Amino acid sequence: MEKFTSLTSVAAPLPLVNIDTDMIIPKQFLKTVKRTGLKAGLFYELRTDEQGNPKDFVLDEPAYKDAKILVTGDNFGCGSSREHAPWALLDQGIRCVIAPSFADIFYNNCFKNGILPIALPQEQVDMLMDDARRGSNAVVSVDLESQEIKGPDGGTITFEVDAHRKHCLLNGLDDIGLTFEKAEHIDQFEAKRKATQPWL
Amino acid sequence: MSNPRTLFDKIWDNHVVHRQDDGTCLLYIDRHLVHEVTSPQAFEGLRMTGRKVRRPENTLAVPDHNVPTSGRAQGIADEESRIQVETLSRNCEEFGVQLFGMNDIRQGVVHIIGPEQGFTLPGMTIVCGDSHTATHGAFGSLAFGIGTSEVEHVLATQTLIQKPAKNMRITVEGDLLPGVTAKDMILHIIGVIGTAGGTGYVIEYAGEAMRKLSMEGRMTICNMSIEAGARAGLIAPDETTFEYIKGRPLAPKAGNWEQAVAYWKTLPSDAGAKYDKEIIVKAADIEPQVTWGTSPEDVVGISAFVPAPSDGRDANKKSAIERSLDYMGLKAGQRVQDITIDKVFIGSCTNGRIEDLREVARIAKGRKVAESVYAMIVPGSGLVKLQAEEEGLDEIFTAAGFDWREPGCSMCLAMNADRLSPGERCASTSNRNFEGRQGRGGRTHLLSPAMAAAAAIAGHLVDVRDYE
Repeated sequence: MEKFTSLTSVAAPLPLVNIDTDMIIPKQFLKTVKRTGLKAGLFYELRTDEQGNPKDFVLDEPAYKDAKILVTGDNFGCGSSREHAPWALLDQGIRCVIAPSFADIFYNNCFKNGILPIALPQEQVDMLMDDARRGSNAVVSVDLESQEIKGPDGGTITFEVDAHRKHCLLNGLDDIGLTFEKAEHIDQFEAKRKATQPWL
Repeated sequence: MSNPRTLFDKIWDNHVVHRQDDGTCLLYIDRHLVHEVTSPQAFEGLRMTGRKVRRPENTLAVPDHNVPTSGRAQGIADEESRIQVETLSRNCEEFGVQLFGMNDIRQGVVHIIGPEQGFTLPGMTIVCGDSHTATHGAFGSLAFGIGTSEVEHVLATQTLIQKPAKNMRITVEGDLLPGVTAKDMILHIIGVIGTAGGTGYVIEYAGEAMRKLSMEGRMTICNMSIEAGARAGLIAPDETTFEYIKGRPLAPKAGNWEQAVAYWKTLPSDAGAKYDKEIIVKAADIEPQVTWGTSPEDVVGISAFVPAPSDGRDANKKSAIERSLDYMGLKAGQRVQDITIDKVFIGSCTNGRIEDLREVARIAKGRKVAESVYAMIVPGSGLVKLQAEEEGLDEIFTAAGFDWREPGCSMCLAMNADRLSPGERCASTSNRNFEGRQGRGGRTHLLSPAMAAAAAIAGHLVDVRDYE
């Protein structure tokens, strides 16, 4: 997993609530057996018409095509557990999503892929949304170590992140590797389980 | 004496392998269900790092999302779908995981087959790379959906790194009115708490109306916990649960059975256990439900009217209602019962079990699907299909003009060939009415199996109580 330390980028505004993972990446793009190349499916139905031709969409505008930050509405990533959603965002170059709230599974999936999801109070998201609407004139900086977002006009917003997840993201750590270090504990647990719950 | 604990607390405590100082836990996973869509990259990860599946005997795989629901003898026409299903078979063979292949009678929707086989038991932790894993919580097991990275983590280690969720209890007081089902209860609950209402929580469902539900009904309730934002739903195990499990292929056998039941009886929440949030719903307030919009929280009783943007509680919700009405092709203030439909889909992990099909048959018997409607019934598994046929339900369905199909996820998410065309309107027993969910431009109204059957006959949304 790629580390996340800090980034500076324009932020793309996507002011819709309840953006579900079907909207982030529709089912026809889930038939792949790979994690890469999913950009083509990202926000497909918002991005193309029924014939598949491009239509106006924020991430295709010149000001936002290289945006690494997405500012969006409440309950982002609700619905299906498909990790194709963060994979597609990553393939687009998005490394940070800012919203008033996230659905649990999506939120968790982001951290496994080097994406930082930041939940902020609605008023602060509204401010950043206004900044984002200013396009290339408004650059936002996100620093994970200090847990700070700096807006284009010098304002600073602090954010919360779980300490364990922060540590993994800052160092690009692989969860499975960490868990293997605890193999002895797993062995002990399984031995106890076998003795007390033999039907399992 | 230790503090009174909830059902969730007890299962959690029983599965902690290791706890870090910051509260992050390594949680043991008893059962892992696998399907073809969210697993290929996980198996590939194992292969690239030279890792094995730690407990293949606690892992069960089935193809369900991509499989065709007709003409299976010809295989899968869509190349990408076929490759994904074949990849699952190859991965299972290579890593020693049991697979119910497409032509196995036990094949079906992953959340139908777990309980059906007795793979799902009370007090367990159960995961699957699928958000509707919440279904298994109906047995009093902690069951939740995970992403593919976590699928790989569970395959490799039989554990997950987790922090405990908060506890919410939703109590449904009193008895349901006639004609009101588990599906109506959960849709109503989602309408009350909203699609993000359960975010960060595990919901325990309680109360008289819940206790009186069959296991099928309880599975429908827990299944849609995720539509209320909660990763998991729970219902305390009781005699109904034990009765359902007894004798299933993977259930504890004689000798172990008594010991297992004795343990399961210790699981229900202790009196005085604390919940972070409590919601009380009166069963008598629930009428048959139907969604009008593009979020499961966009739900009303069948006698109601389509809301207006001005009904939204804030600016965001007002614009969401406006967007939904436009997508759904509906007008504010329109009578819900005047909404005509083109298709009916009966099935899914929410409502593809035998009891659901009996409900449909009860309404369909001696009646005909409206000429303007195409109605399909997709059983949840091969065994559900077999049982329905043994009970003669298939004859009732086909006589009424329903299309009786092979088992799978089908038009719940339209990854196979079963889907809506742009603008088509569907009464569906599935779980999501998101934009494009059942096919690009398709319009979904979620409802119960009985309501779906009645809508198929009427050609429009209708109150099933008029058909009893």
